[in-house]
Amino acid sequence: MSQTITIDPVTRLEGHGKITIHLNGQGEVEDAQFHVTQVRGFEKFSEGRPFYEMPSLMARICGICPVSHLIASAKACEAIMSVRIPHTAAQLRRMLNLAQMVQSHALSFFHLSSPDLLLGMDSDPAHRHIFGVAAARPDLGLAGIGLRRFGQHIIELLGDKRIHPGWVVPGGVTEPLAPSKRDEILAMLPEAYANVQLALTAYKQIADRFQQEISVFANFPSNYLGLINDDESIEFTDGTLRLIDPKGEIIEDGITANRFTEAIGEAVEPFSYTKFVYYKPLGYPQGSYRVGPLARLNIVKSIGTPLAEKEFAEYKQLSSGPIESSFFYHHARLVEALYGIEKIEEILTDPLILDKHVRATAGVNRLEGAGQIEAPRGTLSHHYKVDENGKMTWANLVVATGHNNNAMNKGVLQAARSYVKDGKFTEGALNRVEAVIRTFDPCLSCSTHAFGQMPLVLSLVSPDGEIVDQVVR
Amino acid sequence: MSDAVEVKTLIIDEQEVSARRGQTILDVARENDINIPTLCHLEGLSDVGACRLCLVEIKGSNKLLPACVATVFEGMEVSTNTERLQKHRRMILEMLFAERNHICAVCVSNGHCELQTMGQEQGLTHIRLPYRNPSLNVDASHERFTVDHNRCILCTRCVRACAEIEGAHVWDVMGRGINSIVITDLHEEWGSSTCTRCGKCVQVCPTGALFDKSKVGTDHPKNPDFLPYLNLMREAQ
Repeated sequence: MSQTITIDPVTRLEGHGKITIHLNGQGEVEDAQFHVTQVRGFEKFSEGRPFYEMPSLMARICGICPVSHLIASAKACEAIMSVRIPHTAAQLRRMLNLAQMVQSHALSFFHLSSPDLLLGMDSDPAHRHIFGVAAARPDLGLAGIGLRRFGQHIIELLGDKRIHPGWVVPGGVTEPLAPSKRDEILAMLPEAYANVQLALTAYKQIADRFQQEISVFANFPSNYLGLINDDESIEFTDGTLRLIDPKGEIIEDGITANRFTEAIGEAVEPFSYTKFVYYKPLGYPQGSYRVGPLARLNIVKSIGTPLAEKEFAEYKQLSSGPIESSFFYHHARLVEALYGIEKIEEILTDPLILDKHVRATAGVNRLEGAGQIEAPRGTLSHHYKVDENGKMTWANLVVATGHNNNAMNKGVLQAARSYVKDGKFTEGALNRVEAVIRTFDPCLSCSTHAFGQMPLVLSLVSPDGEIVDQVVR
Repeated sequence: MSDAVEVKTLIIDEQEVSARRGQTILDVARENDINIPTLCHLEGLSDVGACRLCLVEIKGSNKLLPACVATVFEGMEVSTNTERLQKHRRMILEMLFAERNHICAVCVSNGHCELQTMGQEQGLTHIRLPYRNPSLNVDASHERFTVDHNRCILCTRCVRACAEIEGAHVWDVMGRGINSIVITDLHEEWGSSTCTRCGKCVQVCPTGALFDKSKVGTDHPKNPDFLPYLNLMREAQ
């Protein structure tokens, strides 16, 4: 008799998801699926709204990375306006995006994943959370909170609000940077460096303990997609997309936002509201790939800031080619956070950073526009169509969690095959299956542009559909 | 007849005040720094008593009167902020919020909206009525401005500013009751109407119903204070 295991909800994620593991008559894992079970309809209800409302409207998709949606949306609007934003506005937005990346990576590493990494996958679930970490390692607990505050406070200084700042608008930003705010950000940097270095040291000390997890946490060859600069260094806000194959060879380079839909398609599976994104010339599912920190560091040739460059060189020692195990998302995330702090410091030394010219204006000059950036979790694309009066007629958002969806499902299956034996699983095994998803740091509310609540359930389902075992959180 | 100003004495909120004959309660109250909340009233425009937020109690009468159009009389005793009035005002605001679509978070006037400010000042914490969420048109045909009927509270400030100050009378109201909407000319698109593009209607709109194209949220303050000045300059001529 076959069985199904359901993990519902998957915990310590942004949003709500469910994992189902199907067992055959012998109690072996036959299939596993990661379900995202909400739908929100942002693309639909934006129809009829003026296009320049889109950044603030789309930012409401998520409270974790509203900045990503703000910037991607503003870029799509600027394509409709056919304007190039002032240099200072571009630099300020870049800083805002990096600040968000740092705070989001801090949230993912410290608040969501460090309980598994520092306390152990099998530790008591009653204490396996950020407060447990803070009790066991107060220095790391404080570092996590401090690093998150660093990113959030920069967002607040620039945009007046920590969440959903209205400062990013089509054409640039509404206010230039005040000298006092620049000085305040500069003063926060030493502590931020110390916090991320502490995290890197702690991670390297414990990573070796997780060889088993590294070997089965979505550890398979795949393609990788991400933004890159002309000099092949890492980029989060501008640049073009590069797709590489499992050996690191370039499949396609220079994919601009305008060409995004030519290259990237979205497939639908009946078990999830999140779409499965793939590279069109390779078809679905062969054209699936991964995005986010792991993918970005697999794609780039350099980081471009001194401290992060050293960490990147050490990180690349893990493999001669692309690094395949999704466990290393954690490591890549910390390297990126360090880069983010260094880059923010570099941007603040730009002689034009206090310039008052931060906005370009224009009306509707094209009826279609697209924008793409790197959100903390991976590539984010907004694509809009408008009528001649600038009212939205169509919108499509392709988000990081959609890009990673196929890999997450494969990763869950791989981990389930390792940890579910004879139709049984321990709490620690279940936690490891969830931890695979956590490595990707998916944002489910974002991926479905959805609302509503879905608790996480892990179900063990028999071949005839009977639920044999279930854990509900 | 004598041209001498006829003075009336009355009491507003237990404060003895004097007024000229024909003055409204609202005028007299504001001259004496007594706040009566308003939305459809705007200095420089005629009053229509549409929003009913300025309702006040008059001693000896069960009927509440709109302070913006009710004139003073000798010996009048006015209360402007009783519990009963506060309750009514909150109910009026709840109905305004529920009638169309006033989601502040994504509105172009967020932070600069008189309806939003009024809700905060009157202690409005939630809306007990179901939102109607009608799907009304957004007319973006004008080269400079947009009208979003979903955010309109039918205060008719735009209608009065256009007719009384600009003298164009492009704006007016169509329909009756809850189906009323403001229209340009004979319900033509704003962009192809006889609009003079002066923008006064946008400046006097208390909500995000009328707004400058390409301006959003924090960068969209409105400045309706020019109306009394315009009137003054015209009278001087």
